[in-house]
Amino acid sequence: MTAMSAGRQLAATDLPPAIDLRGVSKNFGDVRAVRDVTLGIASGEIVALLGPNGAGKTSTIDMILGLSRPNAGDVEVYGMHPRQAIDRGLISAVLQTGGLLKDLTVAETTRYTASLFADARPVDEVLKRAGISAIADRMVGKCSGGEQQRLRFALALLPDPELLILDEPTTGMDVEGRRSFWASIRQDAERGRTVLFATHYLEEADAYADRVILLRHGVVVADGTSAEIKSLASGRTVRATLPGASEAELKSIDGADSVEVRGDTVFIHSGNSDAVARHLLSATSARDLEITARGLEDAFIALTSDEGEAR
Amino acid sequence: MSATQMIDLSDRRAPRRGGINLTVLGLEIRKLLRNRRTVIFALIFPVVLFLFVGTNKAYANLPDGHSNVSAFLMVSMALYGAALATTAGGAMVSIERALGWSRQLRLTPLSPTGYILIKLMTAMVLGLSSVIAVFVVAKITGVPAMFPGYGYLWIVAGLCVWVGSLVFAALGLFVGYLLPSENVMQFLGLVMAVLAFAGGLFYPLRQFPHVLQVIAKFTPLYGLNQLVHAPLLGGGVRLAWVANAVIWFALFAGGAVWQFRRDTARV
Repeated sequence: MTAMSAGRQLAATDLPPAIDLRGVSKNFGDVRAVRDVTLGIASGEIVALLGPNGAGKTSTIDMILGLSRPNAGDVEVYGMHPRQAIDRGLISAVLQTGGLLKDLTVAETTRYTASLFADARPVDEVLKRAGISAIADRMVGKCSGGEQQRLRFALALLPDPELLILDEPTTGMDVEGRRSFWASIRQDAERGRTVLFATHYLEEADAYADRVILLRHGVVVADGTSAEIKSLASGRTVRATLPGASEAELKSIDGADSVEVRGDTVFIHSGNSDAVARHLLSATSARDLEITARGLEDAFIALTSDEGEAR
Repeated sequence: MSATQMIDLSDRRAPRRGGINLTVLGLEIRKLLRNRRTVIFALIFPVVLFLFVGTNKAYANLPDGHSNVSAFLMVSMALYGAALATTAGGAMVSIERALGWSRQLRLTPLSPTGYILIKLMTAMVLGLSSVIAVFVVAKITGVPAMFPGYGYLWIVAGLCVWVGSLVFAALGLFVGYLLPSENVMQFLGLVMAVLAFAGGLFYPLRQFPHVLQVIAKFTPLYGLNQLVHAPLLGGGVRLAWVANAVIWFALFAGGAVWQFRRDTARV
């Protein structure tokens, strides 16, 4: 995991980082949703918060937005309290849970929200950028899930935020809707906006983020560029029957990245499975050898599931 | 996207008055008027009730204090309408919390206090509309009459009803925070009908059995009902009426603030 530890260095400027979490924890009763998370996100980064359901993505985002308070640690957005950053229109978000009023039209909802900010972009402009100008006069209750999500995106664009946060923005959309939604986001991010999005789709993180932060059980388990994350996914697993094997012994095999012993069966993950297999067959009494490729999805599961704890 | 960007934080301002503005108030009222059930209950129902009970030739023109009975009943129906309207307006928070809109608003500079104030103002505008609807239709029928020299009572009685309905805006907010449901008004509509009977708005209390009369005096519409009719009757104001209205207002408003605080602490 050494390659993944540092993540991207914060851009060296006098400006505070877009997001600065220091030792942040959040508990819900006995459930420790977020545990001692420290991370910084610099201006201009597009960052994916990747993890399965229950990994602490939404809890983390809620604290960044000031929607909930951490039990421990500090959260700062552009050097200020999240609430102050929202009041100044510095951050905005598209949330899964943010509801819309059914009996206002798309344009009215946007006008309503725009009026709450000291400075807001024109309603027509944000509707256009979210791709919903054509349905401006439609009642929100008559809009599809994808259209409502685009409306939330339009609302998030109103203050022209420096930082845009998206919590599972494409949940419930079909493939085409997802693609065009991301095209809008991407187009928007090209203007230099900082974007943090939570997703449990590995492909989304891979396709749209410069940096991927993997969360599991409220802990950051990996943080790096998507290329680095992908390199984790390369390699294969060599499985063999080898009675009496010790983990230490297996780890010393050239090319073995991680090993696991379950009774007589050993699992060795390696970027060079050929070398591992050759060693096992020539230097040990291993039999029933099997080599399996690990896809992106497996890497993700390995990193984020309980099985991956040993890593 | 790794390029360092200069961001000027100094031109970023927070809105004045916590985000409260006329655009929002206008849209809130438009939204309320789009809700057919709200319009029927708050504006049409009280008017129809007045037309049925307030214009009956058998008693409408009998004198009663400084006005005739029809004017007395007009004020009763306006109070019922305003109380229903403000309750419905306040209870909007329930629907908006159930839908998650209040959470969406937390992403804007609108403060929680600003939100509750907007709901309160919207409820009071709807309450005023209800009073005006009943008074205007009543005036058109030509049946209610203030006696010579007491024409100003139209305004005084209307204002009393409107200001009094603040008690029920508080009730609406309290229940709205207590029960996050889209159907809270179905429940509150029923409660309001019972309270209106108990408060003596639909039927003179003195014709109730004694036990019910005693109980009725402790219900929330009783004190207000007596107070808003006091200018018409000219018989003075009893401390018990004021106490009833003030205590119920304190209870509802206190409950609303308590629930509101719990809500914002939890987010």
